Amino acid sequence: MLPGDFGQAILGQRALPETVAAFRKELGLDQPAYIRYLDWVGGILTGDFGQSFSGRNSSGMDRSRTVMDLLDQRLKNTLFLATMTALVAVPLSLFLGITAALYRNSLYDRVINATTLTTISTPEFFVAYILILFFSSLWGIFPSLANVDPRDTFDERLYKTILPALTLTLVIVAHMMRMTRAAIINLLASPYIEQARLKGISSAQVILRHALPNAWAPIATVIAFNLAYLVVGVVVVEVVFVYPGVGQLMVDAVRTRDIPVVQACAVIFAGTYIILNLIADIIGIITNPRLLHPR
Amino acid sequence: MNNKQKGDILLEMKDVVIDGFSDDRWHEIIKGIDLTIRRGEVIGLIGESGAGKSTLGKAAMGFAQPGCRLTSGSIIFDSQELMTQPEKQKRKLWGSKIAYVAQSAAASFNPAHRLIDQTTESGIRHGLMTKQDAQADAIELYRAMQLPEADTIGFRYPHQVSGGQLQRAMTAMAMTSRPELIIFDEPTTALDVTTQVEVLASMRDAVAKFNTAAIYITHDLAVVAQMADRIMVLRYGETMEEAETTKMLKNPSHEYTKSLWSVRSIEKKATTSTDKILEVNNVSAAYGKNLNVLHDIKISVPRRKTVALVGESGSGKSTIARVVTGLLPANAGEVLFNGEPLPAALSGRSTKQLQKIQMIYQMADTAMNPRHTVGEIIGRPLEFYLGLKGEAKETRIIELLEMIELDESFFDRLPGELSGGQKQRICIARALAAEPELIICDEVTSALDQIVQEGILKLLLKLQNDLGVSYIFITHDIATVRAISDEIVVMLEGKVIEQGMKDEIFSPPHPEYTELLLSSVPEMDPNWLTELLKKRATG
Repeated sequence: MLPGDFGQAILGQRALPETVAAFRKELGLDQPAYIRYLDWVGGILTGDFGQSFSGRNSSGMDRSRTVMDLLDQRLKNTLFLATMTALVAVPLSLFLGITAALYRNSLYDRVINATTLTTISTPEFFVAYILILFFSSLWGIFPSLANVDPRDTFDERLYKTILPALTLTLVIVAHMMRMTRAAIINLLASPYIEQARLKGISSAQVILRHALPNAWAPIATVIAFNLAYLVVGVVVVEVVFVYPGVGQLMVDAVRTRDIPVVQACAVIFAGTYIILNLIADIIGIITNPRLLHPR
Repeated sequence: MNNKQKGDILLEMKDVVIDGFSDDRWHEIIKGIDLTIRRGEVIGLIGESGAGKSTLGKAAMGFAQPGCRLTSGSIIFDSQELMTQPEKQKRKLWGSKIAYVAQSAAASFNPAHRLIDQTTESGIRHGLMTKQDAQADAIELYRAMQLPEADTIGFRYPHQVSGGQLQRAMTAMAMTSRPELIIFDEPTTALDVTTQVEVLASMRDAVAKFNTAAIYITHDLAVVAQMADRIMVLRYGETMEEAETTKMLKNPSHEYTKSLWSVRSIEKKATTSTDKILEVNNVSAAYGKNLNVLHDIKISVPRRKTVALVGESGSGKSTIARVVTGLLPANAGEVLFNGEPLPAALSGRSTKQLQKIQMIYQMADTAMNPRHTVGEIIGRPLEFYLGLKGEAKETRIIELLEMIELDESFFDRLPGELSGGQKQRICIARALAAEPELIICDEVTSALDQIVQEGILKLLLKLQNDLGVSYIFITHDIATVRAISDEIVVMLEGKVIEQGMKDEIFSPPHPEYTELLLSSVPEMDPNWLTELLKKRATG
């Protein structure tokens, strides 16, 4: 349960208890928890996330917006950033992971490992500011603000989003790349890998044809984990680049005790995790002939 | 081109030295071996585990096993020096001129691809065949290897066919590019004897048909006798003896060669007793809610005697052990111990009942806590069942160590510091510590070398003599059965085919399955397989 109360927060410390009570009554906060919960679930099932608390004025006009309305553009922005990052980061980490496994323990492998470990060990806001320093302040190639607007064209949007996407890529590549490398190397001791080598198959083919198909399940799990992070965990990067995403919305809502918005964000975040993990599990099943083709 | 005739030298290994890396340094594991193979010739490499057979076999391809390096000497295959050739060059030979058949086909087929894609892979990759030709050829080879449903079996995944079929598919895979040399690395070791016969026969036919030279690696002299023209005995990376097969079998000159089939020399006179320590009456059992894996089992174990449970893998031998020990409660029937019924489930049994039945497992490695010292491992049942503590416990542990022919210096050692045979001895001591009346030995010698096996079997016989314990001895190895048992139970598909005294079971007439099982056990006679197949064909 979130501590604090919206009525108290909005009306301030000096508000009269009666005013607070009246305000709570208007918002339905005086109802017992289970009724409010059932109302809320009922609403969600019919596609209604409710009305935001902010913008209400108990004495004047109601300028509040529906939660759906608030979320709409924010969610699109978040998904845009996540998709853009994923399209760069996932192929990049697979490529790096596979080549690192192929040339394991070589200089190449060590350089890649060291670099990705450095970027993942550095706090993301720091990575973000470093990128801003070089790419906007010093060289002026990309804007430091990613305040996208619904009226932006696709190209403008892309251009504004490059630095946040790059920051996130640097943050998530290490995890996926190292898992790909580890999952493949783990399999290289298998008898069937030795058999493939003894059939005269080249090292690259051994990894691509014989190791990788058996490594998809763990790799998919880690990819799903990181993609979920792109949707739910990027608030720091959003703040640095002033990017209007769901993360910022949720933090603002928490600050103002705007419960309906917080709830809606939580549902979206949880749903993202569940759906992505479900996809990872499905990939794990369809890449395993033992599960797909029972005896 | 006159160099492709039978009898010409195909592979010549001279003074080959191979190092292996362990304990932070390089050790010589192959110490200067010469080996010559002529076209169309099959040579058998035989020796115990750790003798360097596999390492040498792979070195014949110019392949250094992971953790090994080819140090010196020369390996000339078809006038190419493989010792110094870069891997890229050697890869052109692998899978085209030289092929490898691994011990465990189940592990050596990639689970992610269909059999036929793996069979044809080397032919296609080396540019020898188009995909269509390769597939048609693979199907022909499956047929030649007598695989059932040859037309379609290739389109299954490895987990969808049996172990024996996989092993044959692997030989077919080796044959696709019609290699000049095949290395068979213990290809039948993981198979049941009845399956082994068929696989051996089809491998021998294939080798003869395509006039392929082969190196056949095994630890089983009787098997190698069927396959090889010449046999080479290896020990600790050195050649002990090399001779024509018939000559070596008739007259092995080296002491070590003689000792290789020494298990066969243990003879025990079978006796029985009417005093039954254990009776299993009409027991049926299943795992979970599945179909029964044991059907109406009725066996008995005479006091102070050994009953051997024989049968193929999957015949329910180990399941009986689980029912007797209470790990798997039976669905029906009863188990009488000393005439009294035992509660079906482990949880229903008293400490006394648990104490009197002990078990020894196949894998001594996994049956012991690697972080406990030998003293703790043996001391645990002493404390738990007999309440021994301090001095008394220590004295008893040392007594037990002496009983298994080890000394007190082992007291503080960890399992990781022991050899395979010593580990199994510790497991025996742990079972004995509880002072049991019945010990169930589940394939206790299967993972051990012949000579170590002999030691363990002799120890078990001696302990029976001194302490009067009874054994249920689960095994698929008929030689072991001959060595140790008084009575034999033959099992097939969860049913008892017959139970009787050893001499009765081993002398005809047999029920059909016992006949099949016994006749499938390879004999030293090099003509055994040929004769057997002839006999089976005429029925």
